[in-house]
Amino acid sequence: MPFNQKLLAAAMAVALLIFIVETVRRRKLREEYAWLWVLIGGIILVLALWPALLQLITVRLGIELPINTVFFFGLMFMVFINLHFSVKISELTNQVKRLAQELSLTEEKDGSPREEEER
Amino acid sequence: METSHPNLETLILIPVYNEGASIRVLVREIRELYPRIPVLVVDDGSRDNSAAEARAAGAVVIRHPFNLGDGAARQTGFLYALRGGFNCLVHLDGDRQHAPAEIARFVDALQQGEADLVVGSRFLGECAYQLSPGRKIGMKLFSLICSLVIRQKITDPTSGFRGINRRAMTVFTRGYYPQHFPDADVIISAHFRGLRIREIPITVSPTRSTSLHRGGTIFYYIYKMLLSTFVSSLRLKRDQIKF
Repeated sequence: MPFNQKLLAAAMAVALLIFIVETVRRRKLREEYAWLWVLIGGIILVLALWPALLQLITVRLGIELPINTVFFFGLMFMVFINLHFSVKISELTNQVKRLAQELSLTEEKDGSPREEEER
Repeated sequence: METSHPNLETLILIPVYNEGASIRVLVREIRELYPRIPVLVVDDGSRDNSAAEARAAGAVVIRHPFNLGDGAARQTGFLYALRGGFNCLVHLDGDRQHAPAEIARFVDALQQGEADLVVGSRFLGECAYQLSPGRKIGMKLFSLICSLVIRQKITDPTSGFRGINRRAMTVFTRGYYPQHFPDADVIISAHFRGLRIREIPITVSPTRSTSLHRGGTIFYYIYKMLLSTFVSSLRLKRDQIKF
């Protein structure tokens, strides 16, 4: 692996990691969602600095080109993270539903129904 | 949280979404037939005057801040009934397709104590209108699936005219109750959570079609029903609710 390629990959991984840490610090990204991205940044960094590892994995899995190993695991990661988000969205949907129900029940009990405002 | 009012036995629940044209007449009719039974209308974020119409006719009205789905509207009613100490709840659709005079049959069936969920079936009684062939096949399919899965004959799993007791209210509020299309999967998951189900005949009159099953929705409906039927029959022990 040429030096400039190595440098580019390592620089991108470091930039990604800095960006993740910074968004967590600014409370724009919650810790429980950050770990997946920290993990991915870490893996890119390790593979950039140690390309022989990628070569080893490629040979062990019987894949011909190392780039296909990257594509395969990249795709797997995308599938996994999207599934993870679907689960989170479902959870949030259930919570919003229950909140709206509780709000409407409380309003009825307090006898202060919302005005017939524009929706 | 639970307060018990021994005088309050039964609650009539009507979930509505944009039923301003019919809800006042329906609530009036019910109030005249059963002056001592409170009527609760859950307005699922209607854009019309459904809530005001229902209130004018003498119903207790609960309004969702936005549209949540027909199942969620029923579930809000179940929560209200549970916390208000009601022992029976009968729910019917807001478009006047169900006959208020038949509410008493549900109350009787529940008070006999042999069922926790009483489902009104238009196919056991008189069906005053012809279903389109597509819907007919769909309904036959779902009643067949439902009957096979729970090993009890169910003729009308899509009926919105049902009665439940306190036990069923607890199961449907503490555990799963579908947010949309609460039809066959409610019956199946009720069965697997230990509720006893009974069907009684009802008369259904034709209404202006507010059917959701239009266009692509029918495919979503079939997919959703098959998946949730399958999943309901898988979830056994984890969903059991202790009383």
